Amino acid sequence: MRIYADNAATTKMSPAAIEAMLPFLSEDFGNPSGLYTAGQKAKEALEDARERVARCINASPRQIIFTSGGSESDNQAILTAAAMGEKAGKRHILSEPMEHHAVLHTLKALEKRGFTVEYLPVSAAGLVKASDLERMLRDDTCLVTVMAANNEIGTLQPIEEIGAICRKRGVLFHTDAVQAVGHIPLDVDSARIDLLSASAHKFHGPKGTGFLYAGSNVRLEPLIHGGAQERGKRAGTENVAGIVAMTVALEEAVANREAIAARLIPLRDRLIRGLSAIPHAALNGDPEKRLPSNVNFCFEGIEGESLLLWLDEAGIAASSGSACTSGSLDPSHVLLAIGRPHDVAHGSLRLSLGEETTQEEVDYLIEAVTKAVAYLRGFSPVWRELQNGDRTYIL
Amino acid sequence: MALYSEKVMDHFRHPRNVGVIENADGVGEVGNTVCGDIMKIYLKIDGDVITDVKFETFGCASAIASSSMATELIKGKKLSEAMALTNKAVAEALDGLPAHKMHCSVLAEEAIQNALNDYYAKQKSKS
Repeated sequence: MRIYADNAATTKMSPAAIEAMLPFLSEDFGNPSGLYTAGQKAKEALEDARERVARCINASPRQIIFTSGGSESDNQAILTAAAMGEKAGKRHILSEPMEHHAVLHTLKALEKRGFTVEYLPVSAAGLVKASDLERMLRDDTCLVTVMAANNEIGTLQPIEEIGAICRKRGVLFHTDAVQAVGHIPLDVDSARIDLLSASAHKFHGPKGTGFLYAGSNVRLEPLIHGGAQERGKRAGTENVAGIVAMTVALEEAVANREAIAARLIPLRDRLIRGLSAIPHAALNGDPEKRLPSNVNFCFEGIEGESLLLWLDEAGIAASSGSACTSGSLDPSHVLLAIGRPHDVAHGSLRLSLGEETTQEEVDYLIEAVTKAVAYLRGFSPVWRELQNGDRTYIL
Repeated sequence: MALYSEKVMDHFRHPRNVGVIENADGVGEVGNTVCGDIMKIYLKIDGDVITDVKFETFGCASAIASSSMATELIKGKKLSEAMALTNKAVAEALDGLPAHKMHCSVLAEEAIQNALNDYYAKQKSKS
């Protein structure tokens, strides 16, 4: 059996999205800036896409610009809010420690430019609290940036509450909604979101395409200077085929969202129950305020990369927050932020389900992970010390 | 291209000399759980020959494969030969490791040296 359980990393493209993009790679290849028929056809497709994407999050078309994906959108949103803040003499930003690196590293860059960045505390389940936000907002806060859904542990943040507080205090609110768009209900108007970042390949669209929503009160600063595309906010010939495909994928995801969630949540919970039976294992993230697709566990006494390779041998594609997979010496900053010590953060596993996941696959996942953990513990000196009482269990 | 060589994967799938030696003549441990790698090597020594060797590893696939290969390279060998084992020799025997995984072979070299030093220290305290 081959199981793809890494849908939080990327998703397979929707066949309808592939179908929709093909004409723009062949006969309708014109540059949307061209004044001839083929160019105008591309331009029409682009503006049609903008309208349809806007509708999916209850925005208006002028509030959508197309980008290369989540990281670019995050960068542009944050740098825009910082530029607006700077003009008003406001150089304080609030975020939370479990953000994606596209957000965290942009904030680090701003700190070097003299901004002060503070991070809201997160609970053991990975949630921020509205009361902490109220307390930590300052007169010189120019931006609050909190993700809608965490990419590692799937925690859903209270973005409506955050949006309401920010609006009341006159502070811009950006949400990295890369994991959320198409997977949970999102309405930029009712949630009072000023800036929202999205990426197509997380909802069965193509890689290299995304969008940024910016409310009418926001004056977007271009990251990429050049031609007048995207009303001067993002230069470069538009990725028409990608944008059209993203639009089709997004509409599909939004239309099927409830049905998919209703099917995935019981599968997710079955997987969580199954893996909870492994001794000294713990679920990461909130059991309920959670993406329908996300399962993330720590297993004591083993290391995540070897677990992933062992699962790969069993035909399973998954991911881990161990240092060996992060390309740094530290394990996942998200797991550390929710208080998991290094020892167990290295032994983490993320399984992210997709709309094609079946119950049979979930049962196979439970069996394969249980076996793999037992196998690796079989020759782990840490596990033996835990069992002998020479080391204390954390989980 | 795959992440690891076929040799690494073979030693990861079928690690050699896994386990513990009770009353080992020398035990060496390196690494810690903070960095995510721990290797423990157990030696049985007769005269100046390593008659048996076992290992336990908490770590990534290359750490497991490095310890497995290192035990194969020193089993039945003289102490002086084991002491001279380099991380490069371990990595080469595995048909190479990715650059950012070379430290796994260093851990294997150090674990063996620690086990030998433990043996020498025990010998010294006996005499």
